[in-house]
Amino acid sequence: MSAVLRAEHLVRILPGEVPVTLVKDVSLAIEHGEFICIMGPSGSGKSSLLYLLGLLDVPTSGRVWLDGEETSGYGEDDLANRRLEKLGFVFQFHFLLAEFSVLDNVTLPIRRLGRLDASDARARGLTLLDRLGVVEQSAKYPHQLSGGQRQRVAIARALANDPLILLADEPTGNLDSASGGTVRQILKDLAHEMGKTVVAVTHDASFAAAADRRIGIVDGRIDADWRAV
Amino acid sequence: MRIQLQVALTHLTGRRRQTLVSLIGVVLGVAFFLAVSSLMRGSEQDFIKRLVDNSPHITVSDEVRRPRTQPAEQRWTDGAVRIRSLKPQTETRGIRGYRKKLALIEAIPGVRVAPVLIGSAVLTFAGREEGVTLSGIVPKTMKTVSTIQDKMVEGSLDALDVNPNGIVIGTGLAEKFNLGLGRNLTVVAASGASRAMKVVGLFRTGNASVDETQTFTLLKRAQVMFERPNRVNRFLIQLDDAYAARAVAQRIEAAIGDKSVSWVEASEDILSVLVVRNIIMYSVVSAILIVASFGIYNTLSTIVLEKTHDIAILKSMGFHARDIRLIFLFEGVVIGLIGSLFGLVLGAGLMHALSQVQIKPPGVSEQVFLPIWWGAQQFALATAFAMASCILAAYLPARRAGRVHPVEILRGAA
Repeated sequence: MSAVLRAEHLVRILPGEVPVTLVKDVSLAIEHGEFICIMGPSGSGKSSLLYLLGLLDVPTSGRVWLDGEETSGYGEDDLANRRLEKLGFVFQFHFLLAEFSVLDNVTLPIRRLGRLDASDARARGLTLLDRLGVVEQSAKYPHQLSGGQRQRVAIARALANDPLILLADEPTGNLDSASGGTVRQILKDLAHEMGKTVVAVTHDASFAAAADRRIGIVDGRIDADWRAV
Repeated sequence: MRIQLQVALTHLTGRRRQTLVSLIGVVLGVAFFLAVSSLMRGSEQDFIKRLVDNSPHITVSDEVRRPRTQPAEQRWTDGAVRIRSLKPQTETRGIRGYRKKLALIEAIPGVRVAPVLIGSAVLTFAGREEGVTLSGIVPKTMKTVSTIQDKMVEGSLDALDVNPNGIVIGTGLAEKFNLGLGRNLTVVAASGASRAMKVVGLFRTGNASVDETQTFTLLKRAQVMFERPNRVNRFLIQLDDAYAARAVAQRIEAAIGDKSVSWVEASEDILSVLVVRNIIMYSVVSAILIVASFGIYNTLSTIVLEKTHDIAILKSMGFHARDIRLIFLFEGVVIGLIGSLFGLVLGAGLMHALSQVQIKPPGVSEQVFLPIWWGAQQFALATAFAMASCILAAYLPARRAGRVHPVEILRGAA
């Protein structure tokens, strides 16, 4: 299996009067269809690593390959285009647009990409919402939904353009355990049944237990990397 | 609908009150811009109309602007010839061969011309003397180039044709002499010729110096009085298109050689004052729109601050900085368009209201309304200026929004 996402010697230093090193020389390869958890204590640099892998942030040094394409030296717009087509993000806070209906939130990335016309985008949005079990909420607004429902809508939005990789930053961090369990199961199914690569940052041990592979981060370095048997 | 526009509209409808305040600023700005500038332009045009109509568009006089080319210069055209102390010749005896030149000018389309012989004379009546300007005219042609016929309060210019010894004077002069229509007075020309003339018409222009010093008689009578038979020293010319005066004047001067002065040339000082006045007016009315644009800037800046999370998520999704900038520029454009639309309607209403206002200048008996210019140019200008200031006001917040870095926001939120 070829690596869908590969990083070599990633270093991220926040410049300033006292420069802060967030990520120190991280190299890893992520295979297609893997469900990976990145774990570590607060401030260990796991989110920073996720931002680097998700092309949201640019490493101080080191290289990232996405789908076999090296992204070093890409400008902001090139990186944005890769994110739009190949990556989907889910964050701890749902970050849905409050003035947009659930369906409009999900179709936002589809419409930005512009490959589907309005009715096809709508149909795809409804399919995704249906798959995540929130299609009844499609006309509602985010504030009318429960936390778990919002996170499922956010996952539907992340899947809108059929990305290769879903990146999740503490996706269950703000949910009760029942909702957290549902979200965990959804992400696992995405990897195992739909062949998506899922990379999730978490410090929730029960969440991590569901993963195929766990990467431990301490002080910006990979401390442990083990696969479930 | 474009996704960027849809986001822009939700931002604006999400902050209805602030959007409304920004909108009212633009509406008032456009309305006042329109009403004040159309009033100013209206009064300017009214002023020019008076200026133009009360005097000939072009006056051809028996003068030449430059001294004649000297034989030495003609002989050695590329030689270093310099002849000093040359003076332009003054044709004291009037315009030479005026009938031929008159025919030449009459042939130009859209031109009406009247030959006049002007000279000084002294009027005496009951022991009083008054120096005046006596113009010998042909009533038929004079009526086509001058408004004097409309200013007649008693008698008419045509009466001169009936009575070759008739004279038309202003009411100011008539009051000075305390005489009326049908009375006789003595006219003494500079040449010494003297003749008793009968007042056959009285005019009042409202301009005291004209009413007290201008007098008209038949051209033939004036030629006899001034001892210049078959001569005139002025052509007064009126054009269908007053603004063509400068070009036509140059054409006439090139054709006949006599000095032709258009009203534009004669009133250059006044016209430049009008330009200054317009600059002042436009800066003042623009200031209203500039103030309004601060309102837009304020609203959009607030939205940018409030929506940094939305901006960050849109960027993480793959929206470019350009898309984000476009969202906020659209917000400026939408406020500008809607504001301009309502502003133009309100402005037109104000213009209509102003045009109903009656003014009463002293000495004028007719009904006069505030002059309003309903030119499409004013509407276009108000809209263009409003749009420009809205887009400019939106630009800075848009640029700031485009620079939002998603990671910084996401780190802060986590």
